[in-house]
Amino acid sequence: MTTVSIIGGSGYGGGELLRLLLSHPNVEVKQATSRSHLGEYVYQVHPNLRKRTQIKFSDPFNLETVDVLFLAQPHGQAQHNIEQLVPLADKIIDLSADFRLRSAEDYQKWYGEPHAAPGWLEKFVYGLPELHRGEIAGARYVSGVGCNATASNLALLPLVKAGLIDLSAPVIVEIKLGSSESGVEGNTGSLHAERANVIRTFSAFGHRHTAEVMQELGLTDISLTMTAVDLVRGVLATAHARVKPGVGQKDLWKAYRAVATENPFVRVVKEQRGIYRVPEPKILSGSNYADIGFDLDESNGHVVSMCAIDNLMKGAAGTAVQCMNLMLGLDETTGLEFAGLHPL
Amino acid sequence: MLNANCPECDADITLDPSAEVGEIIVCPDCGVDLEIISLNPVKIDLAPMEQEDWGE
Repeated sequence: MTTVSIIGGSGYGGGELLRLLLSHPNVEVKQATSRSHLGEYVYQVHPNLRKRTQIKFSDPFNLETVDVLFLAQPHGQAQHNIEQLVPLADKIIDLSADFRLRSAEDYQKWYGEPHAAPGWLEKFVYGLPELHRGEIAGARYVSGVGCNATASNLALLPLVKAGLIDLSAPVIVEIKLGSSESGVEGNTGSLHAERANVIRTFSAFGHRHTAEVMQELGLTDISLTMTAVDLVRGVLATAHARVKPGVGQKDLWKAYRAVATENPFVRVVKEQRGIYRVPEPKILSGSNYADIGFDLDESNGHVVSMCAIDNLMKGAAGTAVQCMNLMLGLDETTGLEFAGLHPL
Repeated sequence: MLNANCPECDADITLDPSAEVGEIIVCPDCGVDLEIISLNPVKIDLAPMEQEDWGE
């Protein structure tokens, strides 16, 4: 059995990692740390895990060595103690934003402060298997992914990979997102009285996840607009772009079909009947699938490309476990087969 | 093998050996209804679909 531990096990990302790893057939969870919940049973913070584990939260300064160490701390922490963490594990997967960007200059631009360990940026592989499967399989250090970045990257991946976008026009991605993206700490905007029933565009442009899309897809003229909606889990990215002259529906089908064929968790949703004709995050809760779809106005080349995910799964913990599977030489779907719920 | 391509999305479609002319099949990729026009050679075409009031 592969031994794993989680630093920062009391947050939503850490809880989702625990849910997945406790059921994983090739993994034994050794420790989950939390300073604020030290000594408490894991299920007292993550009630869905009652009767699944008797692990108590441990002290992050009292970690045993393991095969794989997951870092699920708030952004900005791992970069300050990466040197101390490395001797604890053969492989490290960091869910935070600390090692997602390859350039220290980009980090400072988007996160507003210098990176504390710039020499480590190039040692991490960006942890989205749909973009870096081969590199992840041979990596010791893998970063997490931004949930909104993942929805955007997967919405645009078929178009970019097939070279169908007219790059003389801007790419605009409108993102609707659920409240669990804010994390377990929250703020006054997370209060039920303020968060319930909202459709709130809280970031018109300049969101930090934009940097991951620019870096990974090589797009420069791209904006991400974030709108909070009345969901707990889920992200829907709706990307608007212009295709090159002559590109038609069949070209798009070919491009989207190719990406879905190459990637076990990517599905094309473009139905002609029924209720679920387009990607929707609702039916993806708890699953690692990314549903992508598109439509094209052939009169002017305006393409609308969509991607729905569960932000805590494909947008965080699910993708991290998918990366672990690849790093360990396992089938990348191991422990991630849950199909979601319907109705929900 | 009775093979054809969907006229809507270009998906590869393999007809069942018992397929008959006039039969309506569904494209496994894009979900459109398709009518088998002929079997030798295989020819399929879009079949009329009932327009549903959907979504709004």
